[in-house]
Order: sequence, then C-alpha cells, then structure tokens
Amino acid sequence: MASDKPVLEISNLHAGIDDTPILRGINLEIPAGEIHAIMGRNGSGKTTTANIIMGHPDFDVTDGTVELDGGDLLEMEPWERAREGVFLSFQYPQAVPGLQVGNFLRKTVAAIRGEDVAKGAEFRKTLKDAMTELDIDRSFLGRYVNDGFSGGEKKRFEILQLMLLQPKLAILDETDSGLDIDGIRTVAKGINAAVRGTDSGALIITHYSRILEHVQPDKVHVLIKGRIVKSGGPELALELEERGYEWLETEAENSA
Amino acid sequence: MAATEAREAVGEYKSGWHDPENATIRFDFGLSEQVVRDISALKNEPEWMTEIRVKAFHHFDNRPMPTWGNMSMLEEIDFDKVCYYLRSSDATEKDWEDVPEDIRNTFDKLGIPEAEQKWLSGVTAQYESEAVYHSIREDLEQQGVIFLDMDSGLREYPELVKKWFCSVVPYQDNKFSALNTAVWSGGSFIYVPKGVHVELPVQAYFRINAKNMGQFERTLIIADEGSSIHYVEGCTAPTYSTDSLHSAVVELIALPGAHIRYSTVQNWSTNVYNLVTKRGIAHENAKIEWVDGNIGSKLTMKYPAVILKGEGSHAEVISVAYSGKGQHQDAGAKIHHLASNTTSKILSKSISKDGGRGSYRGMVSVSPKAENCKLNVVCDALILDDGSRSDTYPTMEVANPSARCEHEASVSKVSDEQLFYLMSRGHSEEEALAMIVNGFFEPFTRELPMEYAVELNKLMALEMEGSIG
Ligand SMILES: Nc1ncnc2c1ncn2[C@@H]1O[C@H](COP(=O)(O)OP(=O)(O)O)[C@@H](O)[C@H]1O
Ligand SMILES: [Mg+2]
Repeated sequence: MASDKPVLEISNLHAGIDDTPILRGINLEIPAGEIHAIMGRNGSGKTTTANIIMGHPDFDVTDGTVELDGGDLLEMEPWERAREGVFLSFQYPQAVPGLQVGNFLRKTVAAIRGEDVAKGAEFRKTLKDAMTELDIDRSFLGRYVNDGFSGGEKKRFEILQLMLLQPKLAILDETDSGLDIDGIRTVAKGINAAVRGTDSGALIITHYSRILEHVQPDKVHVLIKGRIVKSGGPELALELEERGYEWLETEAENSA
Repeated sequence: MAATEAREAVGEYKSGWHDPENATIRFDFGLSEQVVRDISALKNEPEWMTEIRVKAFHHFDNRPMPTWGNMSMLEEIDFDKVCYYLRSSDATEKDWEDVPEDIRNTFDKLGIPEAEQKWLSGVTAQYESEAVYHSIREDLEQQGVIFLDMDSGLREYPELVKKWFCSVVPYQDNKFSALNTAVWSGGSFIYVPKGVHVELPVQAYFRINAKNMGQFERTLIIADEGSSIHYVEGCTAPTYSTDSLHSAVVELIALPGAHIRYSTVQNWSTNVYNLVTKRGIAHENAKIEWVDGNIGSKLTMKYPAVILKGEGSHAEVISVAYSGKGQHQDAGAKIHHLASNTTSKILSKSISKDGGRGSYRGMVSVSPKAENCKLNVVCDALILDDGSRSDTYPTMEVANPSARCEHEASVSKVSDEQLFYLMSRGHSEEEALAMIVNGFFEPFTRELPMEYAVELNKLMALEMEGSIG
C-alpha cells in the first residue's frame, strides 16, 4: 500500500546556525522502497541535513520544506518526528551513564511503537533475534547506553535500534565508519531488510563507497558546500571513489 | 495565601496536602526549660531522662548557630515560632483500623499499609510527635527482635536505652543534637539479638501535618554480634508558606560482626528545615551503611557518620541530593578510621536545578594507630542550568602513612546533544532529562529496595516536569 507521496521530500532547504548559512537550497526526494546515498567531504553539510530532518533545536531553517509522507516535519518536535517514523543513526551517538540498554530499548520501543509492542515474550524474542543477527552479546543489555562502548559497538547499537523501531525513514549518518567489513555487511543486511519491499525509505550518509557495495542505492547525491551538485545511480559512488570531489567542486563553482 | 500562590508553592510536590489538625495535646509555640520538663512529665519518664533533657536544653540555648553551611538560611529559623510537641492520637495502634481516619487516609495515600503487606518486616508510622501505628512480624518478635517506637522502648527497656542513649551522639555534639535531646519524641528503638538476621527491611515513616511544627524523633538501633538489619525511612510534609523544623538524631551500634544498613528517602516539602545528626559505631568486623537520598526540604544539613572503632570494620555512605528552586542540600559524610584494617567508601551524587544549591561536605580521618586502612571517596555533581550551584568541601586527615586513599570528584552538565539523542528516540524533553537524571542517580537507586527505587525515579521524573523553558 505504497502511498503516492514520497517518503521524504526536501524542497529548497536553507538552514544554518547563528546566522551562518550551512545548507543552501537542498532538494531531495526519496520514494517508498528506495535507498539513497549522500556523499560529500567533511564539512559539506551531511550531518546538518540529518540533524534538520530529525529536528535538532540548534539549527534555524530559513527557507524551504521537509515532508514525511506529505506531512510537514518542520512543525514537529524531535520526539514527534521519531513517533511519526523518522530514525537517525547518529554519527556520534551520545552516552547516558546509568541508563541501562535493556531499559532504554524497552522505553524507546514503547514511546515509538506503543506500550504493547514493548512488552512480553514476543518483544524479548524480537530483541534476542536482532541481537543475535548483529552479533551483540546478551550482557550488552545490562550496560549503560553508549557508555564506554567502542566505535563499532556504538554503531551496532544504532542498528539494533533501527531494527527494533522499524521506521518509515531511516537516516544513517556515517554508520559505516568504525565498522569492519563484517560489521558493514551486517548493517547493510539490516538496512536492506528494513527498506526493500516496504514503503519505507533510507538515506545513507557516507564518504566511502564501501557500504554502497552491499546496499545498492537507487540514487547517489553529491553534497558540496550545502548544495546537492550532482545526482546519479550507484556508478556515481565509484566515480567519486576514483576521481575525488575536485572536478565537481570546480563544476559547482563555474555554475554558481 | 491566594489559591494560585498556594499552587505555585506546592509546585510538582505530590505529598503536600494536609489534614485538619485534630490535636489531643498541643504545646504553645516556643521553648523553655519548662516545656522540656512538661514533655518529660507527659511521658512519665525516669528521672535520668528528664535530667539529660534539661542539660541538653541549656546546652542548646547557649550554643551559637553553626558558622558554616547556609548561615543566612539558619538565621531565618525562629525557635519561638515552633510547636515542640503535638499529639494527634492518644495511642500507638497495632491495627490500621484503629488509627484516626484522617491520619489513616494520609498513610494510605502514601502507600504505607500496602508496602507493609508486601515487603516489610515491621512498620512504625509517626504523625507529628508520636507514633500512631506500629507493627512487627510475629516470627521476629519470637526471635527476640525488639522494634518499638522510642517512647515505648524507654518504658519497656529502660536499662538498654540508658546504656546506649547519647553514647554515639552526645547532646553536646552540635546545636541541633542538643535540641533533639531536649525535646525528642518518637523515633524507633531496635535491638537485634546475637546472630539474628532480619531478612526484610523494617520501615519508619515520618509525617508532619501541622504548620510551624517541630518534629524531633530519636532513633537508636543496636545490632548485637553477628546480626543484621536493614532499616528504611521515608518522610513527607504538607507545603505551607511558613517553615517547619525537623531535627532528628539517629544512633547506630553495630557490635562485632553485625551489619546495619540504614536507608532514607527524604522528601520533606520545601518549607521544612531538615537538620539531622546520624552516626554509627562499628565494632570489630562490623559493617554500617548509610544510603541517604535527599530530595525535599528547604535546607538540609546532614552528614551521616561512621566511627570505625573495631578492627576490620567497614563503612559506606552512599548519598544523592537534589536541590531545586529555593533549596539547599548541604550533605555529605564523615568517617573516622580508629582501628587497623578498616575500609570505607563514600559515593555522593548531587543534582542542582532552577537555582538550587548542592554542597558536598566530607570528612575522612585515619588515626595514627590505624594501620592499613582503605578509603575511597567519589563525588559527582550534575548541574542542570546556569543559575544552579554545586560545591564540594572534602577534608581528609590521614595520620597513618599506610592508608590507601582514593578521591575522585566531577562536575558535569547535561549536554544538548545528550538530550537530542534521547529526544530522537521518541522521548519528550522532560522524559529525556528524567532519563539522564535517573541514570546519574542509578548507582544510588540500585542500593535501595526496589519499591523505593521506583518511587525515587518517579519523584525525579516529577521534578523534571515543567522544567524546560
Ligand atoms: N553545532 C554547530 N555549530 C556551528 N557550526 C556547525 C555546527 N554543526 C555544523 N556546523 C558547521 O556546518 C558545516 C557542516 O557541518 P556538518 O553538517 O557536520 O558536515 P559533514 O557532516 O558533512 O561533515 C561545517 O562548516 C560545520 O563547521
Ligand atoms: Mg558528519
């Protein structure tokens, strides 16, 4: 029952922080069932884009719209966006000392998918299966959220949440960095399972093509200085890998 | 006071209601030697107790206020505007049905009878100056465990009380221990015979109902050789625009090999001064633990102490303090290592918010003769906004070089990124803050009985409500 609206539609998005513009007119459309990738150098605005979709309070949107299934996201608080089905796997997940992983997961699933889903034997089984699939030990549940986690553990924990929350839109901000090749494969499996054949969508932010070999993106977008300067198929990722970003930067400057 | 003002004063505090005052005996405001003698006469006390009360009164009267802590708040206490004795029920009942209805309803609302059914060995419920309800499980009584309100303890076991009363906290210890000794009423008296382990906790609950009330309970716990007991106490009061005074003294004696754990969740309304002296003596291989949570009150000054008198004894003070608007929690711990091979651990966690002020005041000493002692002190503060304040005043006096001391302190702030992470997981800003705060308190809450831990988490969640600007 795919709706005719795209899962995510960003139009002419301008945003910044403290009067400094960061995003300068982004347009992006992810139809149901598709996986898109955003690539770009450090500082090009990838994380900012993710933060704005999720509703980070520090950023000001000065122009443009962001819609989820045709609904205006910018009007909503971050937790409302989460409940509507937006999920962000953070580039730098935050530690919350004293908050136990098991407890946090139960509360989070309850907040987003409802109390009923977060209770009982069925939830415990779903959780156990997801952890097995991600190769996460049971003892993990008693640890504190992201507290003292290694880089790889943090990323696996983000994907565990993705699997339990089943969002409409999954944004993965550099989830591949800090993961070994097995980790990347597992994560890719998780993303494919969450999106392919469903009416969900995913946006993968990365600056390596590695993860894209395992999740065939439908589209690859190149972000330079807060603008998408080029979009293409999966082959664009490989081209970037070979040629770098300079040729696009020159093109962008010439057209600006 | 206008209704809106009253609501503002109550804020998120959920135990701030009050019953109509149906005093059977109420003393006029103010304190004098006569008041002290009247309290003693009313209770038909032995001569020696009257004498010690009177001496303590004169000590209190002559002793200046402490010149540390929050002096300006202390100066605001008007000792002439305090009611030093108020009785609302003429008996301490063994059956809740016999407790006057208003009072019973209050304890019902506070969940005391329910807790008693589920997970306690015994309960004492004090309302104003006297215990109105008291119970202990029969099997414990049969094993010789004494659990009474302090007045009954003095009546039924005068020799035991005489032997230990003021032996850990002399009335001269400080101005407020003198005040308590002069006018004490209620509190618990516990004796656990040799080798008896009281498996489920016993609980005391203290409720102040009247305005301008002074509550001065006195607790004495003696754990004989190789025995163990866990005592838990809670307290609440109505919210009034005028202040009340709570000044307790607690003395613990852990004889060789005994183990006493004393847990408190203090949730007085923010018009109550809470000036309490708590101290225990640990004999050979004994263990004393204070688990101390301070959430309510206007000003708390409380530093649970342990004197490690016997070789191989152990002390722990685990405390949390929450200071909100208009509150100052000046709390901490004192541990004195007098004997060799003694160990101690202090963990202090404090949160301040909305201009609240938290202070950690700690004193750890090792005497010259005490060899191979181990000390560990950790204090962490979490500040939730810019106007709030946290200070630490740690003192270590180590007179024996073989001691191993560890000390860590940290001050942190809740970061926007942490909040955003939790909000992105479907939790409102208030829920996110409560999760961070409860996480910060977790090393403390995990030491509490589960029911208390749940209650504390709920309290903190309430405190975080409406806190986001
Ligand atoms: N919180 C912030 N405060 C100030 N500047 C920021 C903040 N976040 C991002 N920026 C700036 O915005 C630009 C884009 O950053 P970011 O979106 O993190 O890039 P990327 O994820 O592509 O590496 C950078 O110049 C960065 O310095
Ligand atoms: Mg980034």
